[in-house]
Amino acid sequence: MKKPVFKQIDGNTTNYWMLLALLGGFVLAAIGSHFYMEHGGHYVTGMSNQIVWGLPHVFAVFLIVAASGALNVASISSVFGKTAYKPLAPLSTLLALALLAGGLMVLVLDLGRPDRLIVAMTQYNFKSIFAWNMILYNGFFAIVAVYMWTMMQRSMNKYSKIAGFSAFIWRLMLTTGTGSIFGFLVARQAYDAAIMAPMFVVMSFSFGLAIFMLVVIASYKWTERPLGDATFNRLKNLLGVFVAGVLYFVIAQHLTNLYATEHHGVEAFILRDGGIYTNMFWYGQIILGSLIPLAIIYHPATGSSRSAISVASILIILGGLAQMYVIIIGGQAYPLELFPGKEVSSSFFDGMVNAYKPTLAEGLLGLGGFAVALLMVAFAVKVLRFLPESLADEAVDPHHIK
Amino acid sequence: MSPTKSDHKTDQYRRKFLAQSAAVAGLSIAPGIVLNQVAHAKADSDKASDTNRWGMLIDTNKCSKGCTDCVTACQDENGWGTGETHSSKEQQAQWIRKVTITDKQTGHVQSLPLMCQHCETAPCVDVCPTGASMQRKDGIVQVDKHICIGCRYCMMACPYKARSFIHEKLELQKATAPRGIGTVESCNMCAHRVDKDQNPACVEACSKAEHGAMIFGDLKDANSAISIELKKHGGEQIRADLGLNTGVRYQGL
Repeated sequence: MKKPVFKQIDGNTTNYWMLLALLGGFVLAAIGSHFYMEHGGHYVTGMSNQIVWGLPHVFAVFLIVAASGALNVASISSVFGKTAYKPLAPLSTLLALALLAGGLMVLVLDLGRPDRLIVAMTQYNFKSIFAWNMILYNGFFAIVAVYMWTMMQRSMNKYSKIAGFSAFIWRLMLTTGTGSIFGFLVARQAYDAAIMAPMFVVMSFSFGLAIFMLVVIASYKWTERPLGDATFNRLKNLLGVFVAGVLYFVIAQHLTNLYATEHHGVEAFILRDGGIYTNMFWYGQIILGSLIPLAIIYHPATGSSRSAISVASILIILGGLAQMYVIIIGGQAYPLELFPGKEVSSSFFDGMVNAYKPTLAEGLLGLGGFAVALLMVAFAVKVLRFLPESLADEAVDPHHIK
Repeated sequence: MSPTKSDHKTDQYRRKFLAQSAAVAGLSIAPGIVLNQVAHAKADSDKASDTNRWGMLIDTNKCSKGCTDCVTACQDENGWGTGETHSSKEQQAQWIRKVTITDKQTGHVQSLPLMCQHCETAPCVDVCPTGASMQRKDGIVQVDKHICIGCRYCMMACPYKARSFIHEKLELQKATAPRGIGTVESCNMCAHRVDKDQNPACVEACSKAEHGAMIFGDLKDANSAISIELKKHGGEQIRADLGLNTGVRYQGL
């Protein structure tokens, strides 16, 4: 195995500038949506006092979770010493930082008072998992940035193992914290489960790697650099394991709930009677987002096809968004149980399934998070040496036989 | 090499620049410090003392089904219910609401007012990242509108759906109940009235309507009307299973 040679992409092509312009357009649309929502207030959105977190949170939480997962490849190379993954480790850290930035942008721009971000950064209630998350997010930026530096500057290389190990521990804490945002909500039937934390960790592995796969496949195709089967097959097999892992946690979560009579109502709502949420769960999350990608990844006819795996990765991302939608919006749509065994009605929609119609502005703000992340990656690979010139088998595979 | 004349001149410029920068920085920070002290002047909430724990007892048997006097009184006192013209019904704030509950087995119908239950271990206070959702020493739970960032995590955490987010700009607010776009609000047991030894507006309205379904008082004072009544006939918490030790209790549930 040769030492990988990292090189900036040329980027002086029409396609590259068009990609930047397209992503930039989405970012501008997101900023426009933010000003539209903040100018008069959140009444222009589909969010209400019944569904308090909406589409922006679906995107934001997805991106934050995926950010931690994008670090998979770097972690495997530094922490578990798998040299085959080493050439892609810098890109892995870059994507992790970019996705977190995109997710946080969406989260912050949806706040009722985003102008008070400084308050959130300076006043902490340490009993709040949300406050802990702010520390975890900022820490992730710092630690991953240092990790990236140790990999990219030769004199710092000797510290990359310890930095990689710290980043690995930190990203596990970060996703545990994100899952706990829901796990710690004692009052709502759909949340309040310790399984949320580990489930979010495995979700991060899957979503983050799916995005990473797409970025690698696209950037090597567009720059006409060689991407060998060794790297490709390793990544896609790993992706399959992670998708199956998420499926396992989802099954465990619902089976546990189905056993307890007090959760029958919310389970029936998500799995059978919930309309859009039931459809999103079965068709979006389970069939499109899990079963079809697994079939594509493991079927011999499709498993080695770059385009088929790209489709599988896109489906995993869409399935992940569907899963977030079911967790975040579906969990709020189901009414709070205030008086078990009684029918409840009031002027404040007690006892009713809450309706939510997302607006274009919310969707554009959410998509803007993706655009910010991809724009950062596209720009960074042009100005800094993130991508190896070649990922051909002889360049990366320690066991390659010519 | 000895310093040249031009080096001296450069040093002088630097010193002058540093001094001017310091002066500008000082002038910029000073008003902030003064304002900060004004903002931290003794607030009304300092009257709250942990020798009290304010609570409410609601007798659902006395609560009249069609009556919404408590809701109207709260609206008049705290200025909500009008002015949110752009917001949908689902988006408009409600600090207190009348809830009708029907027993699925027996068909027995009850009516009761529901608002912030002023939990001792309030989930909204626990989850708030900035500490805006806070509890006074006397047990009243309320929102510090100055540091609420509008994340709505407290609304996700509240088991009683007692909180509202303000979805639009508001005008003509009550001096005693400031409200603001992008922040969260809820019943604060009329803290401004409690601090003047008055009953909350809803309790007063319920007495005025001669229903007498609501008693307000100090749960820590064994001789208060609420403590005597609770000792005699008991009082239930809504979602007692959560173990939140609510300040608002109900009879006849």
